[in-house]
Amino acid sequence: MALEDICCFKDKPTQQLFPFPALETDYHNLELERLKTSQTNWGDPQHIFIPPFPQATPFISRRTSRFRPPNHALTVQRPFPLSHGTTTLGFIFQGGVIAAADTRASAGGLVACPAVHKITPIHSHLVVTSSGSGADCMLWERILIREIRLYELRHKRRLSIRASAKLLSFMLHPFKGTDVCVALTLCGWEKEGPQVIYVCSDGARLQGDIISVGSGSPYAYGVLDGGLSWGLSKEEAISLAREAVFRATHRDAYSGNNVDLFHIDAQGWIQRPREDLKEEYYRELERRSKRRREKKKRDTIESS
Amino acid sequence: MEYLIGIQGPDYVLVAADNVAASSIIQMKHDYDKMFKLSEKILLLCVGEAGDTVQFAEYIQKNVQLYKMRNGYELSPSAAANFTRKNLADYLRSRTPYHVNLLLAGHDESDGPGLFYMDYMASLAKAPFAAHGYGAFLTLSILDRYYRPDLSRDEAVELLRKCVEELNKRFILNLPSFNVRLIDKDGIHDMEKITLTAK
Repeated sequence: MALEDICCFKDKPTQQLFPFPALETDYHNLELERLKTSQTNWGDPQHIFIPPFPQATPFISRRTSRFRPPNHALTVQRPFPLSHGTTTLGFIFQGGVIAAADTRASAGGLVACPAVHKITPIHSHLVVTSSGSGADCMLWERILIREIRLYELRHKRRLSIRASAKLLSFMLHPFKGTDVCVALTLCGWEKEGPQVIYVCSDGARLQGDIISVGSGSPYAYGVLDGGLSWGLSKEEAISLAREAVFRATHRDAYSGNNVDLFHIDAQGWIQRPREDLKEEYYRELERRSKRRREKKKRDTIESS
Repeated sequence: MEYLIGIQGPDYVLVAADNVAASSIIQMKHDYDKMFKLSEKILLLCVGEAGDTVQFAEYIQKNVQLYKMRNGYELSPSAAANFTRKNLADYLRSRTPYHVNLLLAGHDESDGPGLFYMDYMASLAKAPFAAHGYGAFLTLSILDRYYRPDLSRDEAVELLRKCVEELNKRFILNLPSFNVRLIDKDGIHDMEKITLTAK
């Protein structure tokens, strides 16, 4: 892909590893059977660069040996600790699908970027929220967009959301046990109705009514489970999603800054303007103090 | 964390599985179905590592269906179980073993009902009753005590309820509902879900 060219990733060792020309490979012929000999079926269907893995491991972990290039001697140290700090959520209701996420990219204890886009549109009726490793998510989103578009061009119809999720899951399967860390939530609308499907690099693929992913997800679930019902109006659903992300960012150190909201219905996705949660926090303080003042006034009136 | 149970009767097999799909401490789904229909009269119940379960079960499912398409008749439960075990064994000593625990339940015209227990080490055992998961520690003794080979269907469901009651009482994790299915000569029948409220 173009990204690879810019980053000059066409190393000799990896060319030997993946001698299959990229154009021919096709996810319709996904070679997923794992052969016992390590020689054959490096069958990586895409022309992807896989960084050499650290050589010395105290135990044979599941899949690291598979991708070890035969002549590598270098170990790649990560420049900073990877982290899965985020809050993303998606839920369905009568008016479609709401996808919401915070915008903080953390690297250990550092806020690497306070304004990241964690929700990416794939096509007019499908968006994906990402959590896990930012780099992996960006790559896999692009791959998914590419494959869905290729399918649409070849077969003159769009892949269903369930099929897209299955495709993504099968594409991620060879990387299970490696350090690839993506947890994507596909949120979209199709003629069968709204759908939210969670796909993870561990191999999990779950369709549900409410999905929340990331370090802030328990807090978000707490708010969503209490307030969500099928019959919510669009405005109520949006404010519930915003509240859930706000509460999660309030408690979770690795989530914060702003909240992105997408609403998907039969006409397609609409992005709400990005909101700074600081404003929400101060509005909440205002509301609380107002309530306290009114309660005090009521109490003094009653007692007198 | 997950729980599977199977009870074989004189002409049926009763199976149940919990409905929780969890990710670390969060229950992501409350209505997840862990049973895979291999053919008209064979069910595969599959628990284990996330991703491995669905991949392996769907692989077996499609292969069993392919056999039917190629040969015109379905695999018997015993043949399907041995095929599954062979696949588990082949991958066991590869670089990518599947960490899944399985129960295969089916009804054969000539052999009658069969319940097969398989685990991630590729062991296979045909058993009158079996369970997987931490819950098995609590419920196998109940099955030992009350199981008889000539249980009627209602008695088997009652025995299943006893096991679930014990889980709700003593198991540290909350498993609120269970899918229940029964296989006999007429195929697979969905039975009423067992939930916490309905005792």
